Amino acid sequence: MVPRIWRRIRYRYNVIASYCESCGSYYYPQREICPKCRRRGIVKEVEINDEGTVLSYTVVNGRKIALIEFKNGTRMLAEVCGDIEIGSRVKKAFRRYGEDGEAGIIYYGTKFVPII
Amino acid sequence: MIGIVSYGTYIPKFRIKVEEIARIWNEDANAIKQNLGVFEKAVPDVDEDTATMAVEAGREAISRVRIRPEKIGAVFVGSESHPYAVKPTATIVGEALGIGNYYFSADLEFACKAATAGIQICYAMVKAGMIEYGLSIGSDVAQARPGDALEYTAGAGAVAILVGKDPIAEIEATVSYTSDTPDFWRRDLQPYPSHGGRFTGSPAYFRHIVSAAKKLMEDFGYSAKDFDFAVFHQPNAKFPQRVASMLGFNEEKIADGMLVKVVGNTYSASSLLGLCGILDKAMPDQRILLVSFGSGAGSDAFAIRVTEKILDYPRNRRVWDKVKNCVYIDYALYLKHRRMIK
Ligand SMILES: [Zn+2]
Repeated sequence: MVPRIWRRIRYRYNVIASYCESCGSYYYPQREICPKCRRRGIVKEVEINDEGTVLSYTVVNGRKIALIEFKNGTRMLAEVCGDIEIGSRVKKAFRRYGEDGEAGIIYYGTKFVPII
Repeated sequence: MIGIVSYGTYIPKFRIKVEEIARIWNEDANAIKQNLGVFEKAVPDVDEDTATMAVEAGREAISRVRIRPEKIGAVFVGSESHPYAVKPTATIVGEALGIGNYYFSADLEFACKAATAGIQICYAMVKAGMIEYGLSIGSDVAQARPGDALEYTAGAGAVAILVGKDPIAEIEATVSYTSDTPDFWRRDLQPYPSHGGRFTGSPAYFRHIVSAAKKLMEDFGYSAKDFDFAVFHQPNAKFPQRVASMLGFNEEKIADGMLVKVVGNTYSASSLLGLCGILDKAMPDQRILLVSFGSGAGSDAFAIRVTEKILDYPRNRRVWDKVKNCVYIDYALYLKHRRMIK
């Protein structure tokens, strides 16, 4: 469990998407190859720090999971803490995801909170 | 010129009122408010802790200045409530802030003064030319045994101070006063701290703060009138008010920093949160006296002079505006938020 989590830390702590320099498309989760440009696409990692908009959301086991869209068109599914409705503006927040029991690793990552 | 180049704060949005805690323990809320001068305290969300709040404060500090995170050469996190006993909070913070891998780092512990110790280390490292910028963060989810008097004030919050050259507020001088004083402690593996009760006042808080402040003034030629603002560690609202008058400062000079009234004692973040409340409104050439206090015990005193650079520095949202936005919770939810019930 620990090694798999460790490799992903960077991608949990911040929102990192793929950007194709050839056609300007953004992808989340990340892709190594741009599906539009195939081999001609030059794909790079970009961090997204913008505010997002809630397109829709659902409640799973008491947690709000929302589809969030950013200015550049990237969409992602993420947990939102706090009261939201469709169209709410949200920003990223650093939160606990969970822990491996009392003695185990604590998992941290990105969730979203409404902008006041 | 070395000093504060940026600052960031984080206060969780939940609050519990003194009345609500007093209701559970059948105590007189008005008498408690009268004694402590504290009305409510900040409570973190179920998925927040010292590390998450430290990251939020750090992100705000970095986002307010055009400094690439990789230029930060040192990260120190001072806390009484690090999530791990062994595994530095500073490593989690450095990763989340995108500082890279080549940076000095350590968690610091000195009760409520760990983060001012971190500022002194950053200052020295910048001065020595070892680093360009250093980040010192104070973050705490203050622990209190249910029913203990501390429960009324043990709050939660974080402050990040970015230290470097060309600052918005110059650190003109700093002095520390340290002694072996058992006023407040927590043994390994114990969930809650113990304290010496009434003993904590005179030999601990007042002696250390007054000694550090007086030494700073003596050594560097200041008197109380040279300071436009003063901020002291805030275990409650009464102690800083009393120590201010002992040192010759009126209520007006400490008012902007008195966040304890509405967020409680945020431990490592306490005096720094007050400093940020003052920096939010201070003008060039105004001078601030900052004195922290950590049980055990020690105080770090600083003379801080605001520079012209503050005029171009983005200070919104200001700390006093942030605290206005809050959600009140009852004692049952409070226990859940503190993960005392699951
Ligand atoms: Zn493409």
